[in-house]
Amino acid sequence: MSKSYRDGLPISPEKFVDQLMRLKRGSISRRDFLGLTGLGVATAVMARELGIMPTPAFGAENLGDRMSIATWPNYHDPQTFENFKAETGVAVEVNVFGSNEEMLAKLQAGGSGWSLFVPTNYTISTYKKLGIIEPLDMAKLGNFDGSKEDARFTAEGTIDGTIYAVPKNWGTTGFAVNTKKLAKPMSSWKEFWDTAMAEGDGRTMVHDYQLTTIGNALKYHGYSFNSLKQDELAKAEELLLKVKPHLFAVSSDYQPSMRSGDAWMTMCWTNDGAQLHRDIPEIAYVLGKEGGEIWTDFYAIPKDAPNKPAGYALLNYLMNPKVAVKEHLANGAPSTDARVNALLPKEVLENPILYPAAELLKPLEFGAAATLTDPGRAELMARFKAA
Amino acid sequence: MSQGTNSGQVLTAGGQRSAGAEAAFSMRGRFLRKNLLTALLLAPATLWLVVFLVLPFVAIAVFSVGERAPEGGYQAAFTFAQYANLPARATAFWNTMMLAPVGALACLLVGYPVAYYLALRAPQRWRLILLALIVIPFWTSLLMRTYAWMYILGGRGIPALLAYIGIEDLRLINTPGAVLLGIVYGYLPLMILPIYVSLERLDRRLLEASADLGATPLSTFLGVTLRLSLPGVMTGFSLVMILLLGEYLIPTLLGGGKVFFIGNALVDLFLQSRNWPFGSAIAITLVLVSVVVLIIANRISTRLSGARRVDLI
Repeated sequence: MSKSYRDGLPISPEKFVDQLMRLKRGSISRRDFLGLTGLGVATAVMARELGIMPTPAFGAENLGDRMSIATWPNYHDPQTFENFKAETGVAVEVNVFGSNEEMLAKLQAGGSGWSLFVPTNYTISTYKKLGIIEPLDMAKLGNFDGSKEDARFTAEGTIDGTIYAVPKNWGTTGFAVNTKKLAKPMSSWKEFWDTAMAEGDGRTMVHDYQLTTIGNALKYHGYSFNSLKQDELAKAEELLLKVKPHLFAVSSDYQPSMRSGDAWMTMCWTNDGAQLHRDIPEIAYVLGKEGGEIWTDFYAIPKDAPNKPAGYALLNYLMNPKVAVKEHLANGAPSTDARVNALLPKEVLENPILYPAAELLKPLEFGAAATLTDPGRAELMARFKAA
Repeated sequence: MSQGTNSGQVLTAGGQRSAGAEAAFSMRGRFLRKNLLTALLLAPATLWLVVFLVLPFVAIAVFSVGERAPEGGYQAAFTFAQYANLPARATAFWNTMMLAPVGALACLLVGYPVAYYLALRAPQRWRLILLALIVIPFWTSLLMRTYAWMYILGGRGIPALLAYIGIEDLRLINTPGAVLLGIVYGYLPLMILPIYVSLERLDRRLLEASADLGATPLSTFLGVTLRLSLPGVMTGFSLVMILLLGEYLIPTLLGGGKVFFIGNALVDLFLQSRNWPFGSAIAITLVLVSVVVLIIANRISTRLSGARRVDLI
């Protein structure tokens, strides 16, 4: 993949390739990997170096010879970028990031050097408010067909009638259970938390991410995933502090522990759930019947993108259903585009992990911008982790 | 090498030419040239320190009296609210203050016998190889080595082997023991090397004298060897302890993120909640605490080793 991962890191190329391969198998979360390795920072620095030599723009035809994209680990078919380079001559530098907050911090600081990036739904309004993303010029995105998109997943890319971001894929946040170790069938967040303090004692993991960990604790009492109400958050905190001594770990890097059998149950995102179940059939993916999170990752173009023509060209390329279908097969997340769904194999479309039943989807909530940036929730999470 | 010898040579050289004003001028020229050379030689280090230590420190200090912008980050202000809020991370500070000395002590207990063996007992021809063996793991990233421990201690590692002999469902990973093990493993060379250096310089005749005067091996060790190696011990101890004050990787990976150290609090404040001013206030406090620890360690070391000045780093 991209050179930028390796440059300037205090690890040997071999070690790093090993690490990357692990990443490609999806066995580590975005946030943990990047937070721990400092790769987010390293790649941002590299990207800035690239930004020093912006491509001269001789009209829309000149795409330059390189561009850089900020995205999540294990999120693309590497072949996609190879093919794009073969067709356009533009080499794509892939920068993988740990969290939306990190991406936001880099863009806020300026000079990120990215010509395309992949924000999650609840951050787009903040990017727009701060004026760091570009209203998309839809004339340059001929392959995008809004009428074929599932509006439920794509609404947050459009603000006041202007399209700022187009969807990449959607997903849910549920929990994964090793049914050999925890045989009791489970279907709710209440059961998740109660089991964590009983049969799952010392074997349960929660995300190191306030949005989902607090959100799913709120669900125990049937409150909104996005609640900012003092009394509701206090109840969630009470539960979290009670569960804390029983947990195996507070970490978003749950795949290795689930695979090795150290952990029996974990909060889990769609892609990870699908990958775990694919490799270890006894690991089931459960959506809480009380609800929880549903999310969409989008593509957007930063205002200070050094190579906008190439950013648009790559985005348009990715919107081609024939290209997109390979992306979905590679990363496993469900598509928002009916044209892509038409091309996906039947067993993917019938996989209940990727495409859950309507009654399970109904109570799910999209994370809200205010939920993520709320200082009160951040402090609650800090108290939970310190307890 | 010393200043005195050099200026002595300059004086002699100047004196040989003539006793006139010209010679005085030439001496002055040499003196200036020498100062200029010194300045030039020091310039890269000074520039480095200013750009990468002083300026960032000033920036952090400025941030720490600011406010968190509504969307996160920093907005200009002058308030000590962030410092007043420090008790919100009291547990993290407390955990760190416990971990650092305990971790350093564990390193010392494991490291001292190794350094002692290397310096006083190991055959001369093996010494270099053994030293290299201690240093070589340092060439690999700590992250990689800690990941390796995750797999060794994880369900498919030692517990899987123990399952063969009937010990089922043993959990090693994500325990305080695993964190301590990771710390000792990761920081051991920093403890061994300074102790080795101080033991290696030890005048063996002192040990013989002590034995000749009737001291038992134990009292020779306590009264002579240990005492003379205290500067090394304190250097190693301070090095390990100060690095542990900022440690977050090992507790995160081997402790399952369940124990919250000040390093973890900083990472979350900068990369998650993006409360830069509060993070900066904590960072400044941590630096001050580290300085205090250094000063105390220096005092203790100076007193214990019989008023010998000790340079810690």
